[in-house]
Amino acid sequence: MTAATLFGLCAAVLIGVGLFGLIVNPHPLRKILAFNVVGSGVFVLFGAIAHRGAGAGMGGDPVPQALLITGIVVAFSATALAVALLLRLFDESGSVTLSSDAPAEAGNDTGAH
Amino acid sequence: MIEVLNCGLAALILGLAVWIVVAREAPAAVVGFIVYGLLLTLVWLQLQGIDVALTEAAIGGGLTGVLMISAAVRLRSTESIARAQRPGASTRWLAAALSAAVTGTLAICVLALPEPAPTLAPEVLANIAVTEVGNPITAVLLAFRAMDTLLEAIVLLFALIGVWSLAPDRAWGGRPGLLQQADANGMLAYVARVLPPIGIVAGIYIFWIGADYPGGKFQGATLLAAMWLLVMMAGLVDAPPISRRWLRLLLVAGPLAFIAVGVLGAVTAGAFLSYPQGYAKTLILVIEFALMPTLTLVLGLMLLGAPLRGEAS
Repeated sequence: MTAATLFGLCAAVLIGVGLFGLIVNPHPLRKILAFNVVGSGVFVLFGAIAHRGAGAGMGGDPVPQALLITGIVVAFSATALAVALLLRLFDESGSVTLSSDAPAEAGNDTGAH
Repeated sequence: MIEVLNCGLAALILGLAVWIVVAREAPAAVVGFIVYGLLLTLVWLQLQGIDVALTEAAIGGGLTGVLMISAAVRLRSTESIARAQRPGASTRWLAAALSAAVTGTLAICVLALPEPAPTLAPEVLANIAVTEVGNPITAVLLAFRAMDTLLEAIVLLFALIGVWSLAPDRAWGGRPGLLQQADANGMLAYVARVLPPIGIVAGIYIFWIGADYPGGKFQGATLLAAMWLLVMMAGLVDAPPISRRWLRLLLVAGPLAFIAVGVLGAVTAGAFLSYPQGYAKTLILVIEFALMPTLTLVLGLMLLGAPLRGEAS
C-alpha cells in the first residue's frame, strides 16, 4: 500500500471520528476540537491526493499543497473566533450550554448545529 | 521498513483522534490534540509536503493547542453540566452510523482515485522561471494563486475584528487577555529572556528562505508571534491596547500593500495581481515584507482574545 493510500484511508477514518465527536459531545469546546479533527482529516485527504500528483521533480502537486497552507491558517482563524464567542458566552451567562430549556431535546438540538 | 512505521503512525493518529473525542476532561483532550498535531507533522513529511508540515507544526498543533488549553482551563466549571447533557443511546448510534457511512464513502473514493493522478506540477515547473522564486509553493501562493493569499490575509484580519468585537463595552479599546503576573525571577521570566533572541532569528530565517526553500511568511510569523506571546505570558511586557493607532496601521499595512501591488499589476501588466515582466520577485518580496508584521500581530492578538481590561491596567 502506498503512503498516499494509507494516509488517505487514515484521513477518511479521522473525518468519521471527528464527525461522531461533533455530534455526540455536548460541550461546545469539545465540538470545536472535534471540528478541528474533521478539518485535519480533510487536510490529510487533500494532502494524500496532492502526493499522488507528484511529478516534474516535486514530491507532490504544489498547487493543492499551497491551498492546504491557506486552509490551515483559515481553520485557525475560524477556531480562534469560535473560542472567543464561547468565552464571551461564558463570561455573560456563566454557562456554555447550547441546548434549549428542555433537556430531553438536548441531543437533537446540539446534533443539528 | 518505512511501511511499518507509516502504519504505526496512522494507528497512533487514529488512537489520539479517538482520545480527543472520548476523553472525559477537556484539558486531557486538548493535550491529546497537541500531540496529534505534532504527529500530523510527520504525516506531512511522509506525504512530501514540507511547507505544509511546517505550517501544521506551527499553527495546527502549536497555536491552536495554546488557544484550546487556555480556553479549556477557563471553562473547567462547565464540564460537569455538559456531561449531564450527553445525548441518549439512540442519538449516539445514529451518529456512529452516519460517521461510519461518511468514512466508508470517503474510503471508497480514496481507493477509486484515477490513475494516473491529475497534477499541475508540470505546469508549475514550466512557469516558475517567470516568478524568479525557487520554492514552487511560494510561486503558487504569491504568483499563480496570489488572490487566495490576499483573501486569506483579509480573512485573518476580519477574524481578529470579530474576536475584538466580542469585548464587553467597558473594555473596548483596552488591552486583550488577562494581566499576567509571573515571578520576575522565576523560570518563565528567565526563558522569556533567553529564548526570544533565538526564536526571532529562527523566525526571520524561515521567513527569508521561504522564497527558495520550504518556509515562508506564515511559518515565520507564527514563530515570531510565539516569542511575543512568551514575553507577554512572563509578564515582561503587557499586551498593547487595541485602540493604539500604530497597532491598527500595522494590522492593515500588509493587506493594503498587497492590494496596492495588485492594482499596480492592473495598470502596468493588464490584470489585477499580475506582475510586470522582470519585477515579479521584487514585488513578491514587497508583499512578503509587508505581510510579515501584520501576520505576526494578527496571530498573536487572536490568541490573546477579546479585550477584557481598560487601557490603564
